Order: sequence, then structure tokens, then C-alpha cells
Amino acid sequence: MKLRFLSLVAAAILLAACTTKKPETVAAVAAAPPPPPVAAPKPTGPAPDSLEYFNTVVGNLVNFAYDKYDLDAAAQSKLKGQAAWLKQYPARTLTVEGHCDERGTREYNLGLGDRRANAVRQFLVAEGVAANRLKTISYGKERPTCVTSDETCWAKNRRGASTAQ
Amino acid sequence: MLKALTKMLRAGAVAVLAIILTAPSSYAQVRLDITRGRVEPMPIAIPVFPGNSDELMQMGKDVAEVIAKDLERSGLFRPLDQKAFLQELTSLDVQPRFADWRTLAAQALVQGSVDIQANGQIRIAFRLWDVFSGQQMEGKGFGTDAANWRRVAHMVADLIYSTITGESGYFDTRVVYIAESGPAINRVKRLAIMDQDGANHRYLTDGSALVLTPRFSPTGPEITYLSYFRNIPRVYMFNIDTGRQEVLGDFPGMTYAPRFSPDGNGVAFSAALNGNSDIYTMDLRTRRMVRLTDNPAIDTSPSFSPNGDQLTFASDRGGTQQIYVMNADGTNPQRISFGTGKSRYATPVWSPRGDLIAVTRYASSDGNFYIGVMKPDGSGERTLAQGFLVEAPTWSPNGRVLMYFAQGPNGGRTRLFSIDLTGYNQREIITPQDASDPAWSPLLP
Repeated sequence: MKLRFLSLVAAAILLAACTTKKPETVAAVAAAPPPPPVAAPKPTGPAPDSLEYFNTVVGNLVNFAYDKYDLDAAAQSKLKGQAAWLKQYPARTLTVEGHCDERGTREYNLGLGDRRANAVRQFLVAEGVAANRLKTISYGKERPTCVTSDETCWAKNRRGASTAQ
Repeated sequence: MLKALTKMLRAGAVAVLAIILTAPSSYAQVRLDITRGRVEPMPIAIPVFPGNSDELMQMGKDVAEVIAKDLERSGLFRPLDQKAFLQELTSLDVQPRFADWRTLAAQALVQGSVDIQANGQIRIAFRLWDVFSGQQMEGKGFGTDAANWRRVAHMVADLIYSTITGESGYFDTRVVYIAESGPAINRVKRLAIMDQDGANHRYLTDGSALVLTPRFSPTGPEITYLSYFRNIPRVYMFNIDTGRQEVLGDFPGMTYAPRFSPDGNGVAFSAALNGNSDIYTMDLRTRRMVRLTDNPAIDTSPSFSPNGDQLTFASDRGGTQQIYVMNADGTNPQRISFGTGKSRYATPVWSPRGDLIAVTRYASSDGNFYIGVMKPDGSGERTLAQGFLVEAPTWSPNGRVLMYFAQGPNGGRTRLFSIDLTGYNQREIITPQDASDPAWSPLLP
């Protein structure tokens, strides 16, 4: 009985070894050939005027460097997409939340989150979105998306999060 | 007179029918100098305060225990084990056998009593003795509703503390703070209040709106704090006695970081507009507002000097956030923090004594936070506590103890701690849930 149990454990370990090993091989192979041609989008995804489309296809998040509120090239490109979407769907409005990582004090982070939300808002206004369609709110470090205390997680939390209505 | 007295009692006040039992001696021989770095705790004997019924006896036991715990937590006293006592002090008029108390190495002795008066109120009285000289150092009686026995115990502890140290006490005080629950990504935060020793805990808000950074009025039963009520972050006032809440004015953007002026008639705070935070004051009587800073930096966390002439605040106008001091009209801002290790400074709070400013420092060189103090000119900086996150120092009303909150990495528990100005005697303040943003009340009226 005991032996049988042990052999089951051994099998499980082997299986585990296989499953952890497998993705590495796949990744190595997948990296080699050029990407396959992109198929024409099928009309099965979210409707282009939907909030889901805004969040997943346009992209509702931009990130910031530590204690900074300037928008890098990636953020600007994302926000240009947000501005184009807002111009295409004039009934939509946006609330921009400014968030910070945990490596700051509460009150300063409220000010920094306000700066970040307004950096996003001002960029969208410069792209031609009417200011009265854009609201801002700072959450400082109160609403992280990730709670691990490392730079990867902190980088995710330093964000401007746009919620379309 | 009776009406005023009833009103006082309803408000939870103790009618201090202060009776000096005998005049304290003109000089106290038993003394603790608490301005030195580390003090050997003074052995003190606090027997049960006797009463002539089971109920009063139990109260007398509880009173003695609250006094002993207050004094012990100060780090300055070492209450002796009651089991070792050789003499039972059966009333306030029994003469202590000082030789017996000296053999226990007690330096001070608290003799007390609990009685019921003709009007149904209780009377708690005590004498504080210098065991070596056999002289009475202090003596008082307090008449009150039985429900107020705890407050009287704190008041007695304050009198013992002030008689022996020469500094005013801080035991008859409360702490308002933020009680936290739920997952880190969607924390529920409620205003909560308790006595400084954690007793009489209650919640003031239900958690439906995010609330942050409460601060006590120095003069009345009021708190100012930040609430996200209806998802608009604004400064609010909260009256503890009536439960009434009120928004502090209507602003186009967020208002935050409120703190009362020393006379309780005004509030200093930050208002953000288009991403820029500046400091304002508002007179609570006239609602007149004055803008004190006009700078593209984040100017926040204003705190008045106790005489109201100056404010300290945090600003990143020099590149990173640092501590500044300016005149109360906003003129002459001077940077006072110049720490090493790429230090950012925040949350300056002026001591009620005026001599120091407590700060939070973040050193990006080692990734740790520090609670420290510096003089208002920036000199004499000292670190008192450190950790992965320590933040939000608040002063005891006598300026001798700081309370703050700490949190470990990866969304760890948030907890309250106190530490002496000397950097010794760190204690946790036990709360029912996680706790942050403590604010100490003044001594209760």
C-alpha cells in the first residue's frame, strides 16, 4: 500500500516535471519562425463602441515611472487610441483615475495620483477630446491592482486607469 | 448649576469635585527626569482602591489596574506585584507603614478609595506618597457617574505622571484612526475611535465610503478627515458627540490633508486643481479661505506651529519632496530637510511643545521608511523608528510620545505603535482590526 502510494507520488513528480518543462520548449520553437500572417478580424469580438472593446482593444491603462507623471511613447500611443475612440463615439465619457505604488506616503501620493490623472486628461484634451467629457480622480496608493512588494508590481500600480461610461 | 452639571455628565465629562486632601509638599523629592535618554522605570506600589461593597471593590480593583497599566506603558514606571504587598490599605485614612513599603523597594505609593455618595455618584480619591520621606505629594477626589470610572483612573494616572515627572500627562486622551479590513486591492476603511489604551473602541463610519487621514480638533469634539463620499475626495468635519458630518466647502478638485489650527477655529489643507496641489486655510467661522502657496509643485501635509505663527508642509518644489516651514500668511518658505541616502520627506507634524517637527522619511538608497524628528530649523534630526513602511506620526498632547502605523511588505497587516521621543519604549496599540493613520486627541476637557 505504502509502496503504491510512493509510486503514485513519483508519477506525479514526473508529470509535474513534464508540465513545467514543456512551455520552455514551445517558447523556444515559437520564437524562431516569423509570426504567421494576421487573419482578417472576424466580427465575433466585442462591439467597437462597447466598454469591453475600450478596455481590451483600445487599452484603458497607461503606466508611469517612480514619482513621475510624464507620459512615455507607449502611453502617448495608447492615449491617442483612447482619443480616437472617444471622438468616434461622442456619447461616451471618461473618468481617469490616478494611482501610485506603495513606496510613498498617503498624502503625497494623493497629490501625485492627481497629477497623473490630469496628465492623461490634458493629453486627451490636446488630442481634441472635449474637456467636459473627462473627469479625474486620484486614489493615491489606496487601490493597487497588485500587492507583491517588488518593482514589477509597483510598475503596474503606477497607472492612469480610464473608465469609459 | 445643576443643569450645567447634568449637561456635562451627559457629554461624558467627569465633574471634578477636586478635593485637595492635603496640600502637596512644596517640593517633590521623588522625581524622574524624562528628558534624559533612557530612564530606569520607577518602582511604584498601586494597591486596590478599597470600597465597602463587592461592586465598589471590583471597581477599585479595575481603577488600580488601569492606573498601573497607563504608568507601565509609559515606560517610566514599574508597578509592583500586588501579591508582594505587606500592608493592606483598607481606607484612605489608614496611615501607610512606610518601612513596609520601603522593603519592597517602592519609591512611590498610591493609596486610594472608591465610595458611593448620597447623590448616587461615586467618588474616587487618592493620595500619592513619597515612600522614602513619608510625605504626601498629591491628593485629590473625583465625583462622577459610575460609568466614568475609567476616565477618572486615567486622570489619576495623569496626576501621578505629572507630579513625578514635572510634565503634563497624556492618559486621559483618545485616538481616532482608520480601521482597515478586506483585500489589499479593495480595502474597506472606517473611521474609528478609542481611548489611548485601546478601551471604549467604536466605529464612527460604516465603511461605505473610503476615508483617510483623520485629525482631532485641539479644542472640541471634532475630527477633520478625507472622505470619498459619492466618489468625490473632499475634506469633511465630523462631530464625535452628535455624529454630524459636514463637507468643508465646495471645490472644483480634490481637497485633502486637513489639519486644525491651534485655536481650533481654522483648518489648513491641500486643494488640487488641474494636477497641481497648493495649501489653503479656511476660517471655520467665516468660511473665508486664504491661499498660502502658489507653486506648480505638490504642496501638502500642512501643520501649524502651536502658537499659530508658522506652518510646516511637504513639497517637491526642489525636485523631490522635502519639508518646508513658512509664515502663517504663506511668506518666506524655507526648506529644512536635507537628509542623505536620496531621502524624501513627508508628513511633517509640529510638536504641541513647539520644539520639534515629526516627519516620515523614505530613503530610496535602502528602500526603508523612517519616523524621525528635527528642530523647526532642520537641525538635530533623529530617527526613532524604521521599517518597510512606517508612516503618519502623531504627537501625544505633552509632546513626549509619538504614535504611527507600520505595515510589512506584500500587503501585510497595518498596525499602530507608539514610541517615546527618546527612541525607546516601542509599544503596539492593539486594535480589533488592521489600523492606520492614527491621530491623538488633546487631553480631554
